Amino acid sequence: MERFKQKHLLGIEELSRDEIDSILDTAIIMKSVLERRIKKVPTLRGITVANLFFEPSTRTLNSFLIAERRLSADTINVSKSFSSVLKGETLLDTARNLEAMRVDMVVIRHSVPCSPHYLAERISASVINAGDGAHEHPTQALLDMLTLREKFGNIEGLKVSIIGDILHSRVARSLTIGLLKKGADVILCGPPTFLPEWFEDYGVKITYNLKDAIVDRDVIYVLRIQRERQDTAFLPSLREYIRYYSVNRDVLNRYARKDVIIMHPGPVNRGVELAPDVADGPWSLILHQVTNGIAVRMAILYLLSGIGSSGGVE
Amino acid sequence: MKILIKNVRIFDPASGIDEEGDVFIKNGIVSKKKEETRNIIEGKGLYLFPAFIDIHTHIREPGGEDVENFESASKAAVAGGYSTIFMMPNTEPPIDNDGMVRFVVKRARDVGLVKIYPVGAATIGRRGERLTDMRAMIQCGCIGFSDDGSPVKNPRILRRILEYLKGTGIKFIEHPEDPELSSDGSMNEGSLSNKLGVPGIPWVSEASVVIRDILIAEYLSSPIHFAHISTEASLDLIQFGRKRGVKITFEVTPHHLLLDEDNVKITDSNFKMNPPLRSKRDRKALIKALKKGFVNAIATDHAPHPLYKKELEFSLAPFGVIGLETAFSTLYTEFVRKGVIGLNELIEYMSVKPAGIFDLKTGMVRDGAPADFVLIDLKKKWKITEDRFHSLSRNSPFLGWDVYGRVVYTIVEGKVVYKEGD
Repeated sequence: MERFKQKHLLGIEELSRDEIDSILDTAIIMKSVLERRIKKVPTLRGITVANLFFEPSTRTLNSFLIAERRLSADTINVSKSFSSVLKGETLLDTARNLEAMRVDMVVIRHSVPCSPHYLAERISASVINAGDGAHEHPTQALLDMLTLREKFGNIEGLKVSIIGDILHSRVARSLTIGLLKKGADVILCGPPTFLPEWFEDYGVKITYNLKDAIVDRDVIYVLRIQRERQDTAFLPSLREYIRYYSVNRDVLNRYARKDVIIMHPGPVNRGVELAPDVADGPWSLILHQVTNGIAVRMAILYLLSGIGSSGGVE
Repeated sequence: MKILIKNVRIFDPASGIDEEGDVFIKNGIVSKKKEETRNIIEGKGLYLFPAFIDIHTHIREPGGEDVENFESASKAAVAGGYSTIFMMPNTEPPIDNDGMVRFVVKRARDVGLVKIYPVGAATIGRRGERLTDMRAMIQCGCIGFSDDGSPVKNPRILRRILEYLKGTGIKFIEHPEDPELSSDGSMNEGSLSNKLGVPGIPWVSEASVVIRDILIAEYLSSPIHFAHISTEASLDLIQFGRKRGVKITFEVTPHHLLLDEDNVKITDSNFKMNPPLRSKRDRKALIKALKKGFVNAIATDHAPHPLYKKELEFSLAPFGVIGLETAFSTLYTEFVRKGVIGLNELIEYMSVKPAGIFDLKTGMVRDGAPADFVLIDLKKKWKITEDRFHSLSRNSPFLGWDVYGRVVYTIVEGKVVYKEGD
């Protein structure tokens, strides 16, 4: 495998097509580790990873933690409520302090867009973006691409629709960029308040009509709707959203291909953006996504650590 | 007090002079009759211009003396070639009563380098609810009124402000922005902000307030001045208003003329200001307006902030950049040297025209005119670096730029208040 040259994982934007492939190839090897009885390798022994989570997260944080432990890294967690942030310490000071403690890698989730890029310019540790505001969530996009590659063998030419609150979604942005780099066809769908026309500049089709995003698509990727959006006038009501954009059995039966695949980054608002029977149905790859999340994050940690040999992985 | 400036290239658009010669100053005014003096400035190789006038400066005293106080702002101003600056009222507490106006006038006089005119808040606490004691404030030296930093949100209050100022000859200066439309934005709203996931400030946030104000001003037959116009739509609306006979003046900033959203470095909040750096199209429209003589003034919107705040992540950092010490050199380098506008136009925009808006006298090379001059070495190249600034703040978007034109002397009322290297 060609040596991975990036020092940080800031966004899908910064990755080439080949780099995406090399991450996914590595993730498949990592996944084999997860299938073993002893699910741990010594690859990152002596490497310290700090998880800086300034936004509430269970899934992504736990996924990173498991990935780090499977690779034998030492980990520390800093969250907003237990850190000096509450005492007025800035992100930069927090990170510099961790660096002074010789932390090798920093995983950061922050509500401010581009805060990982900001950190990467200012500290010497590797920075992994675990979600920065509405900007990017690269590990999510990579785990989604891994899931698609496993299912379809190839991402090129796949017809994927992403449905929901595109505007506020870092997942939508990262996945769109990644899918386009891999040659997929992407439709973005949602009510106009969630889908400004600037998204056309990515080179995708946008539609306000759910049917157009369902007919003849290989993959329906449903985003989480945050309930507070009705308070800021983005949505009249959840009732109205459900009526026109919820992906349910009826909509699928009427418009979707029989072999359509449903994905969701989680956590699902059952009965809002996704009907429960669809989330749990045979179309759904949601739990595969979760498993692949660990494999992809192991791959990222391994590749960014710069450890040349496979350290017992293969 | 006498000064003789010898062999200087006298360049004064107001009097239409462009020739090499001597200028003799006595008791703060230009005198035709030269007298003996040992106080001689050798002006060979230098240009003499009327000193610049900045109608939009933020000094942080009181409330932020460590960020920019009267001493540091004055030093920055004279180092940039300014003889006169307007101080915006958004201090802590704000300049919203005659006592505060007196304070500014006194502090400025105590420092004694540059003429500082206070712009008073139009409403108490800049809250947009109750009018300040404007007559008393004018009597104490207020040059204009503005809630700058915020617009006057309530159109009824704006109406009352414009009405109350009738007959005073004093102008209201609007900060044209609808805070509801700007919301939590921190850069221009568009394809780029959307890609970065950064909440945007749409151009309509500015233009919608511009047209509202123009119509209210027309209704009342009142003049109005707009601060930091940044969008093409605002320019079109101002043209529309002028056609209808409304007396509209406005300023543009050097950073909106020289930079646009494509220059924004999202990890560096020195590119975060309000209004934000706009689209290429907006910037082109501003430059076109500048070339056509449609613009009334170039003003810096000098907004100092400490490093520990500007060092924050983009969305968390405060809005604003400094500009007093870079305005002339950046504009001269990018516009005059590249033939976008002439040297006389730049001097008019930085000195003659802003003075005209507020009925001030500028330096002129005419017998009996006030001796407010700047002497500049146009051939001198220099790099804009943090250690160059006299301001207490360093938040410039032009750091690292190589520019031409170095201020060598600034003379205010016949007194040398700045000499390069001192």
